[in-house]
Amino acid sequence: MKITVRVNGSVCEQDVEPRTLLAYFLRETLGLTGTHVGCDTTNCGACTVLLDGRPVKSCTVLAVQADGCEVTTVEALEQKSGLHPLQQAFWDEHGLQCGYCTPGMLMAASALLAENPDPTEEEIRFGLSGNICRCTGYVNIVKAVQNAAAKMRADEAKSNEEVAVSGATSE
Amino acid sequence: MALHPSEARPFGKSITRKEDPRFIRGKGRYVDDIVLPGMLHMALLRSPYAHAVLKHIDTCAAQGAPGVKLVLTGEDLAKLNLAWMPTLAGDNQMVLATGKVLFQYQEVAAVVAQTRAQAEDALQLIAVEYDALPAVVDPFYATTPEAPILRDDREQKTNSIFHWEAGDRDATENVFADAPVIVSQDVRFPRVHPSPLEPCGCIADYNSATSKLTWYVTSQAPHAHRTVLSLVSGLPEHQIHVISPDIGGGFGNKVPVYPGYVCAIVASLSLGVPVKWIETRTENISSTGFARDYHMHVDVAAEEDGKVLGLRVKTVADHGAFDAAADPTKFPAGLFSIVTGSYNFKAAFVEVDGVYTNKAPGGVAYRCSFRVTEASYLIERAMDVLAQKVGVDAAELRLRNFIQKEQFPYLSPTGWTYDSGDYATTLQKALELIGYDELRKEQAEKRARGELMGIGISTFTEIVGAGPSHTFDIMGIKMFDSAQIRVHPTGKVIARLGVRHQGQGHETTFAQIIAEELGLTADDVLIEEGDTDTAPYGLGTYASRSTPTAGGAAALCGRRVREKAKKLAAHLLEVGEDDVTWDGEKFSAAGLPAKAVTMKDVAFAAYTNLPEGMEPGLEATYYYDPPNLTFPNGAYIAVVDIDKGTGAVSVRRFLAVDDCGRVINPMIVEGQIHGGLTEGFAIAFMQDIPYDEDGNCLAPNWMDYLVPTALDTPRWETARTETPSPHHPIGAKGVGESPNVGSPAAFVNAVVDALSPLGVTHMDMPLSPWKVWQVLREHGVTE
Repeated sequence: MKITVRVNGSVCEQDVEPRTLLAYFLRETLGLTGTHVGCDTTNCGACTVLLDGRPVKSCTVLAVQADGCEVTTVEALEQKSGLHPLQQAFWDEHGLQCGYCTPGMLMAASALLAENPDPTEEEIRFGLSGNICRCTGYVNIVKAVQNAAAKMRADEAKSNEEVAVSGATSE
Repeated sequence: MALHPSEARPFGKSITRKEDPRFIRGKGRYVDDIVLPGMLHMALLRSPYAHAVLKHIDTCAAQGAPGVKLVLTGEDLAKLNLAWMPTLAGDNQMVLATGKVLFQYQEVAAVVAQTRAQAEDALQLIAVEYDALPAVVDPFYATTPEAPILRDDREQKTNSIFHWEAGDRDATENVFADAPVIVSQDVRFPRVHPSPLEPCGCIADYNSATSKLTWYVTSQAPHAHRTVLSLVSGLPEHQIHVISPDIGGGFGNKVPVYPGYVCAIVASLSLGVPVKWIETRTENISSTGFARDYHMHVDVAAEEDGKVLGLRVKTVADHGAFDAAADPTKFPAGLFSIVTGSYNFKAAFVEVDGVYTNKAPGGVAYRCSFRVTEASYLIERAMDVLAQKVGVDAAELRLRNFIQKEQFPYLSPTGWTYDSGDYATTLQKALELIGYDELRKEQAEKRARGELMGIGISTFTEIVGAGPSHTFDIMGIKMFDSAQIRVHPTGKVIARLGVRHQGQGHETTFAQIIAEELGLTADDVLIEEGDTDTAPYGLGTYASRSTPTAGGAAALCGRRVREKAKKLAAHLLEVGEDDVTWDGEKFSAAGLPAKAVTMKDVAFAAYTNLPEGMEPGLEATYYYDPPNLTFPNGAYIAVVDIDKGTGAVSVRRFLAVDDCGRVINPMIVEGQIHGGLTEGFAIAFMQDIPYDEDGNCLAPNWMDYLVPTALDTPRWETARTETPSPHHPIGAKGVGESPNVGSPAAFVNAVVDALSPLGVTHMDMPLSPWKVWQVLREHGVTE
């Protein structure tokens, strides 16, 4: 089947077998190996990507279901301006060990913060409860998400202030 | 906040990890990320029966299926003399079944096709005729005369694998004969699985033009795997290139060699193209190295005041269909004889009987130094059973029985020489930090109100770092480890080690060790592991051995480089070598501190400005054979509340005070503790791989075999004491496994403590709400 998917900003037109899972489409057809596969049962979340901005476990989505959609993977988190605050915070807070769950955690966390920019610890733990980490015991992942959330809120406030200032100037 | 790797004098500092930039960008390179030109994919057909005669396999339809290039059966492998392979435990294991299948999910056939989907499709077209046999599931039944013999390939017609003893039977019996108090308990450590997030897999790439086999594999021990592969296959060792790329967690699961690996290699040798095999999660849990499955009986002899006298342990170890443990060769029950723990026993006697059953083969050391977890759990549980019997507080009983710090080096009744420790100080610290006396008061008040609150203590001693090579080998290969340091002209270093990390942070901690020895920063040192063509030989990463062995090698190798650097410095400073001093960052001329050169100056001179007759270059290799093991230890305290209506246990607090000797990077050590506690928590409350009476595996996936999420996991509190190892070059002891070894007993002791007013003295893991609720109902606490 022919599908057209916008992946990390680029339009991809591909002919895929109908049974191809989105995770394998990303990894094998597009070579985006940052999305990992850790289980067959939708438990682990290592394959989490954003589908039209919402987190999905890409091992449980058919590639054809993504036809006409926008997919965002871990490879798109870093911008020209630098690492995404979540990436930086996972690094600073030792929020990863073997690194296998990290891309899925980052994508799930980015969706969480988009919905709730100031989550409590409990909300973070709940928000990430679809993603399994076998190494860290989650303590530093939670810290990293808190740290990134604070940074993103500060950045947001700063940019709002700048908009306000430039608005004032133009008036 | 952690420091940057550009920090000077990095030893002992929390430095952010050098390996992280690739992982946070999704640019790690795990086996399944590697794609080679012309690569084919393999899938395995597995047995639905636990025990059956394999009457006939028809692969015709599969061979003609779309994309299929090769189908392999046990008979095909038998022609190559590869139907069986040796295990690291000295047993033999079927690669693909011939004659009989011995466990459910056993490997029966392999299909290689252009895509993984085609290979999986073709598996469905293989027709296998089985004649089912009764399954042997109970390890106690396995050794009775009525039980069928499972392994008719062996000369010994019995389901017994080994009988192993440690300690002094007569001395122990004498102590028991006169003991005023004896307590006994049956204790089960369930069958659990390391379940790293990345399953096992490999790519075998045989190049017929160069006769070289490149093998990308999820291996915790790439050098040992290369040697074993060479011995089994007859391929020359230098023509086998093992690459263990980034590994998504191991925890002991990636130590053994698995049938899928051998099939992929055979397929690549036959077809002359790369063949990839990546197992599914179900394959991982149902067929690869499980851990524990120990049925233990313990007797403790003591004085009336709870002072321990003697320890007697008898264990039946269920290894499944093949003994695929990965213990040092002389130790079929690993280091289980550390079971006297932190306590001053006069005598001890330990027996372990290994048996075959129709279950998946193992058992590996899951985040554990070879059966230390079973031993630690048993003694810590037994100490609480004793405390309850003699009516002494669990903390007080331990303080009465600790090996005292003046007793180190301490020779245990089973023959281990503990290097160092200060158990009482560590426990006292834990009691103070958690507010033990207050908690006991609160508990008394709650008990008066009928509420269930428990406090559990575990004061474990580990034994890690195998090993001294006079005692430890695996299949004859001595268990030293190695480091090689090459200092380049601009003072930048590439260092290679014989171990292989899977998330432990070696690229940072070993850079810190070497940088400290050479007066550089961790940024200046690139660590490489896992490539057998470039790294010096070593036995790999498991059993908390990397820092005790390769960490020692790294430090001593650094000192060896510094010896030559000192000669070069003397040349540059124009003084005699004896007049050169090293202050950790630079060499200077004695009495002339202004006259100094750095390691970078010296490195440049090693290639540009040498004294007459000196060999150019600045590099060294060090093979470190440790004189003894190291003995990390700790005091863990769990506080739990039990819901009387549901039996759910809530871990309100958990404090881990660890003594792992000198610490290289506190941030990484703390991360290891958090992770190990989480795995210990899962074992205590959630995990078991049960089999039904037909040998069906009842928990072969993460729907049934539970792994904790962020929501399930308690908040961990950590602290440290520091008793350096006296013999280790940097005083370190190893830490990765302590939390998994020490914590299960703390959790269970807390639950039993909560239920002790009901007369409960023991419960077997996992302490699921259902199990706890049944106990509550039995005692009329809930309806």
